[in-house]
Amino acid sequence: MPQPKTLLQKVWDVHVVAKDQASPSILYIDLHLVHEVTSPQAFSGLRQKGLRVRRPDRTVATMDHSTPTLSLSLALADDMAVRQLRQFESNCSDFGIPLYDLEHPERGIVHVIGPELGLTQPGMTIVCGDSHTSTHGAFGALAFGIGTSEVEHVLATQSLLQYRPKTYLVNFDGQLQPGVAAKDMILALIAKIGIGGGTGHVFEFAGSAVRALDMEGRMTLCNMSIEAGARAGMIAPDDATFEYLAGRQFAPRGAAWDAALDRWRSLPSDAGAVYDKSVTIDASKLEPMVTYGTNPSMGAPISQPVPDPEQEADPAKRAALEKALRYMDLQPGRPLTGHPVDVVFIGSCTNSRLSDLRLAASLLKGRKVADGVRLLVVPGSENIRRQAEAEGIDKIVRDAGGEWRYAGCSMCIAMNGDQLQPGQYAVSTSNRNFEGRQGKGGRTFLASPLTAAASAITGKVTDPRTFMS
Amino acid sequence: MKKFQILTSRLIPLPHNDVDTDQIIPARYLKVIDKSGLEEGLFAGWRYLPDGSPKPDFPLNQPQFQGAQILLAGDNFGCGSSREHAPWALVGWGIRAIISTSFADIFRNNSLKNGLLPIIVDEETHQQLFAMVADDPSTRVTVDLDAQTVKLPNGREAAFPIDEFSKVCLLEGLDQLGYLLKNEEKIAAFEQAMEK
Ligand code: SF4
Repeated sequence: MPQPKTLLQKVWDVHVVAKDQASPSILYIDLHLVHEVTSPQAFSGLRQKGLRVRRPDRTVATMDHSTPTLSLSLALADDMAVRQLRQFESNCSDFGIPLYDLEHPERGIVHVIGPELGLTQPGMTIVCGDSHTSTHGAFGALAFGIGTSEVEHVLATQSLLQYRPKTYLVNFDGQLQPGVAAKDMILALIAKIGIGGGTGHVFEFAGSAVRALDMEGRMTLCNMSIEAGARAGMIAPDDATFEYLAGRQFAPRGAAWDAALDRWRSLPSDAGAVYDKSVTIDASKLEPMVTYGTNPSMGAPISQPVPDPEQEADPAKRAALEKALRYMDLQPGRPLTGHPVDVVFIGSCTNSRLSDLRLAASLLKGRKVADGVRLLVVPGSENIRRQAEAEGIDKIVRDAGGEWRYAGCSMCIAMNGDQLQPGQYAVSTSNRNFEGRQGKGGRTFLASPLTAAASAITGKVTDPRTFMS
Repeated sequence: MKKFQILTSRLIPLPHNDVDTDQIIPARYLKVIDKSGLEEGLFAGWRYLPDGSPKPDFPLNQPQFQGAQILLAGDNFGCGSSREHAPWALVGWGIRAIISTSFADIFRNNSLKNGLLPIIVDEETHQQLFAMVADDPSTRVTVDLDAQTVKLPNGREAAFPIDEFSKVCLLEGLDQLGYLLKNEEKIAAFEQAMEK
């Protein structure tokens, strides 16, 4: 009997071009996504070496990180951003790469449009010069972030030198309580295993709570795998995956679809497959999560007080917590709920999809954002923006006193002018609460779209369940 | 890529765990289209005062650490984003090796492609090094990549792991792209078989 294989192993094995004794495998890459920030030096490298892009037809480019969200023109962008975006345009046109540029009706955040256009498919290898490439693993693809040198490798050879990562099974069993979402699941996992807990591994998310998630929730889950150090997170494809993909622009059609389905159905891990590590979390016991610190593992159920460094036995952890609370200017032992916020950001490749916006709108409808609070809602793609507008979500946001923007990374990374001022507090649906991530001196509480919307209404960190009884 | 063989240097202590790449170089420095000048943004959030002047107590600004080429870092160094600007900025400042107890995967990969050696040592050596630098900032260690050792001033040698392929690339200053390009035929054959 053949050795039972994990999902990762199956995808890996069929993409190995060659394997020498003394070197890493040459791994073939099915889809390479490219954005403006991490690619310029790779294109320069190609030019210097006189190389072409091997497979422009397996390469897709979008503008998202430093693009304005107030308008679709570069008039408001700063000079550096404009220069980078212009360079990106010439790189794509010189090397024949399809580009979703500022005027393109399907432009958006790279990890949002890949799935939305049906480019992301089960069993693929997908890379991008961006750590949240893990998002695409929601479809049962092996998808991970790479650096710019590797971007150049893939542009030139459609391949990468890689060692096979270890496997880490993450089981979420049970049913989520109302008000608890995929974002809370992943924040709970990261809080449990730590920011380096998944280093060297690829997560496979499984269990009844994962099966019950729609594709957008699964993307949220896989998106933040990297925040626990895992380069990728994967979920075995199932009917929900196939239903999502059917009919999308780049999804296979007709006989090719049937053939693809046969392949995709064989991807789930075999019974008895062995993982290097595993963890189980009872999803029915989860609460809405919120972070209090300066990395995504410093998070807790929203009802918990800010932890006290004095109670931390490990000196390194104590020092880290002290440093984080100093930056955040938070008092140990005090509840986080009720803490005033200045800005609420709903967006990013973690939580900017239609279902996220709908959830936020469900609380904002007929209510007002608290005085003095700035609410920024930034859809993940132009497609999502138009769909949300067709449903009236833009109007709900505006009527509540919030700002409704064009698609982009926006305040997730604060490269385009959407940013916190020093000392400001934000509840944010993005993925990183690192010092200064959302603007120099800015302070971030990571949470779900529901928690973000509830906090915008009260002007304080707020448990969304208080709005739901 | 610059060759890496033997390096003797003082150490710059940065005793924080989980230093993320947003700290190594904040996103506002990423709007560039080349690799030059990134060292200005290195640890910008920690290195400068709000008015932009150097923060006197940050190690990179202290006279005793000028010219040092090894960063002595806390656990899980380089977590977060995939930006290769992080190793570029470190190399631009003059760092050639980083000693820690662990590194984030993407950062480690990126470093190896830029002649920047990530050195993983055991907890005890790690603590000993921090103690030695606290005691005497002019403490020097010698990194021997071929032997895979860090030699401490007290004569102790700590071994560190590195995969053979990356080691050869660093020792010879080889770009990994060259290796991939040499395998072009295999890649083409694979594509043909797959796309049939
Ligand atoms: S939304 Fe944020 S995390 Fe996602 S790709 Fe953009 S900058 Fe990166």
